[in-house]
Amino acid sequence: MSPLRRRLLFGVPLAVVVAGGAGFYTILRRMQVDDYDPHALPSPLIGKRPPAFTLPGTDGAQGFANTDIEAPAKPMLVNWFASWCLPCQQETPMLAKLAASGITIWGIAYQDHPDATADYLARFGNPYQRIAADASGLTAINWGVYGVPETYFIDKTGIVRWRYPGALTQQVVDSQLMPLFRKYS
Amino acid sequence: MIPELGHFLLAMAVVLACVQGIIGIIGPTLKDPRALAAAPLLTLLHFTAIALSFLALVWAGVVSDFTVENIADFSSSIVPLMYRITGVWGNHDGSILLWCLILSLCGAAVALGGRQLPATLRARVLGVLGLVSCGFLLFTLSVSDPFTRIWPPPLEGAGMNPILQDPGLAFHPPVLYTGYVGFSVAFAFAIGALLEGRIDAAWGRWVRPWALISWCFLTAGITLGSWWSYYTLGWGGYWFWDPVENAALLPWLTGTALLHCAIVVEKREALKAWTVLLAIATFSLSLSGTFLVRSGILNSVHSFAAAPDQGLFILALLGITIGGSLLLFAIRAPILAGAGIYAPISRESALVLNNIFLCAIAAVVFTGTLYPPFANLLFGIQLSVGAPFFNQTVLPLAGPIILAMGVGPLLRWKRADMLPVLQRLWLAGGIALLVLIILTATKHLIAALGLAGGAWVVLAGLTDLADRIRLFRVPLGQALGRLFSLPRAAIGAALGHIGFGVSVLGIAGMTLAQQSVVVLKPGQSTELGGYSWTLNDIHDAPGPNYSQRVADVSIGEGGHTFLTLHPARRIFTAQGTTTNDAAIHTNGLQDIYVVFADEQNGGAELRLNWHPGAPLIWFGGLIMALGGFCSLSDRRLRVGAPNRKRLPKGAAA
Repeated sequence: MSPLRRRLLFGVPLAVVVAGGAGFYTILRRMQVDDYDPHALPSPLIGKRPPAFTLPGTDGAQGFANTDIEAPAKPMLVNWFASWCLPCQQETPMLAKLAASGITIWGIAYQDHPDATADYLARFGNPYQRIAADASGLTAINWGVYGVPETYFIDKTGIVRWRYPGALTQQVVDSQLMPLFRKYS
Repeated sequence: MIPELGHFLLAMAVVLACVQGIIGIIGPTLKDPRALAAAPLLTLLHFTAIALSFLALVWAGVVSDFTVENIADFSSSIVPLMYRITGVWGNHDGSILLWCLILSLCGAAVALGGRQLPATLRARVLGVLGLVSCGFLLFTLSVSDPFTRIWPPPLEGAGMNPILQDPGLAFHPPVLYTGYVGFSVAFAFAIGALLEGRIDAAWGRWVRPWALISWCFLTAGITLGSWWSYYTLGWGGYWFWDPVENAALLPWLTGTALLHCAIVVEKREALKAWTVLLAIATFSLSLSGTFLVRSGILNSVHSFAAAPDQGLFILALLGITIGGSLLLFAIRAPILAGAGIYAPISRESALVLNNIFLCAIAAVVFTGTLYPPFANLLFGIQLSVGAPFFNQTVLPLAGPIILAMGVGPLLRWKRADMLPVLQRLWLAGGIALLVLIILTATKHLIAALGLAGGAWVVLAGLTDLADRIRLFRVPLGQALGRLFSLPRAAIGAALGHIGFGVSVLGIAGMTLAQQSVVVLKPGQSTELGGYSWTLNDIHDAPGPNYSQRVADVSIGEGGHTFLTLHPARRIFTAQGTTTNDAAIHTNGLQDIYVVFADEQNGGAELRLNWHPGAPLIWFGGLIMALGGFCSLSDRRLRVGAPNRKRLPKGAAA
């Protein structure tokens, strides 16, 4: 082996580590700057319409089916929640704020008793125009929901454009949700 | 008051470590005897400061001093004393302080035990250790301070995660950390050698015991961790290819390679640059293993919640330590020329082969672990790499290692003949082949291959030992006498290989495991693995800081009950969490394992498992670690044989 090749060979480990370090640095920066989550799971629904379902209403509200969100008048949100879920409770002020600003939010109560749902809505406020009950949890499986709360953004043509798992925060609303409403309105 | 003292001592340790690092690195260049003598002294002071600081934190835990945020958040006065102590390292900040303590302990051991080392090499080794320690102490002090105070203190602590209240976990981190951190000494020796510009047989002999002791602890730590997840967490498995497990496996793989490679340096003065690279890689992987999993980049069940600013600090530290050492390697290592020459069939070649395959496995595991976050970053795709990938890629690479492990130790140095070696191993090979044929016919191929491979390694190891003591060729008493006069390193090596074989047997046995999830009402029974499993009763039982529901499950064969197990669900009222206390019965060769997963409508949801071979996995790990310790007690290592081969002082290039 020529001396130069030998030297280059001995530099390979350094090069690998430098490249790896730069990658990690980028990941960490993005985790801080724009809420980048390296393990975020994509929703299989993005770019598609929700699969067929018909769910009854709960707490006196009207339920809905997939046909009802095929062509909403304006972009809307579908929010999965449950009375037994703590992050859902944390999310309620944010949802109330969004609803107050004129955004349409429909809710789906996931595996919840009607009484418990009613009690929850009475205590934490009701931001939803329609509330469906997915008592069996089958619709949630078809949507690919992996935990409550989960929020879906549906555009005017009924196509899912965005999904957020977990409680909505001001930061998520400002940095991700509001640009979507501007883009699809 | 005591926590303030601990905090102050920690700050002092940073300064001492920094001075130790600078004096240790610059001293040999200045050729100032005072500087060379100061390095060990500073190391001991630095160790004392950290040890006292750590004691202060333990003290705060013991007396439940809730003005310390760390104690208030992760402990409480109702936690038993032992867990108040071990809880100190059961959280992020405390565990890093423990890490630093072990690092400084390693330094102190080199300072005290390394009197035979050339003064310049010792100063350099201590200097490198000091700099590394300084970096991580700074991290502790600035962004992860375990002594942060809160005022007013809460009346009661938040309590301890119930999963952590277990003896297995209490001792798993210190053992594992000793393994990780011990490789810092091999690393420091490698950097020291690069600075000195020379490596010889004596260097190999100094490094090997350090690599060996770390390897023993790492092996024991991984075994303990695997055993703990198996019996406490009730996961029913022993290895999940979780990023944190991989992070421990990687330094183990390269450390094992290092161990074998250092023998070649010691005996034959070959593979020098490669050994140095392995020493750097092993410690780098240990560092990444401990710290990268805390940054939130890798998804894992083990994660400690860590803030991103800690992540950047850690990344900078890792970058300086690893990048710096590899830069030094790129500049200096090309001048390290090997001396020994060897034939394609020889002990050296067998060890090179071992290195190639171990490093190939390490590369595969490394890629599999880091690919998901990088694929996301570069291509924006989401994927997860799990057990199927690792099983399919690691198993084919483990095959050649298993084959070569049997033959390697019987080969001679420089040039060997394959035929006589194979003649000595005909019995082991024959039995392994027989196992393979019989099991392929009755069970599935993977289990057959695994059991045959395990049998081959164990029997080849035993053959090696039997040959050395001339068993059956001389009277038994004489043969046993020869066993005691064998070099301990030879016994240790054979034990290490046998232990690995035993683990392989266990892992292969586990591929035949059967399990089922059933809901039984009291009085009902089910069939699994040739046994009948009956739920007799579900009842309440009291516990110290939890309440529990216990299921009585009896297991019988042919209408005859031979075992009753009592799996429990523990409800920790303070945290509102539930843990499953699995009931495991082992007879040394197989486990019967019942988890009481849930209770519904008067019935119990039980997870029933029949695990043939499971105990062998940990038994094998234990034998491996014992083999390592046996080898450590070898006379050559104990009395510091390098004494006789003292280097000329100041021979630095």
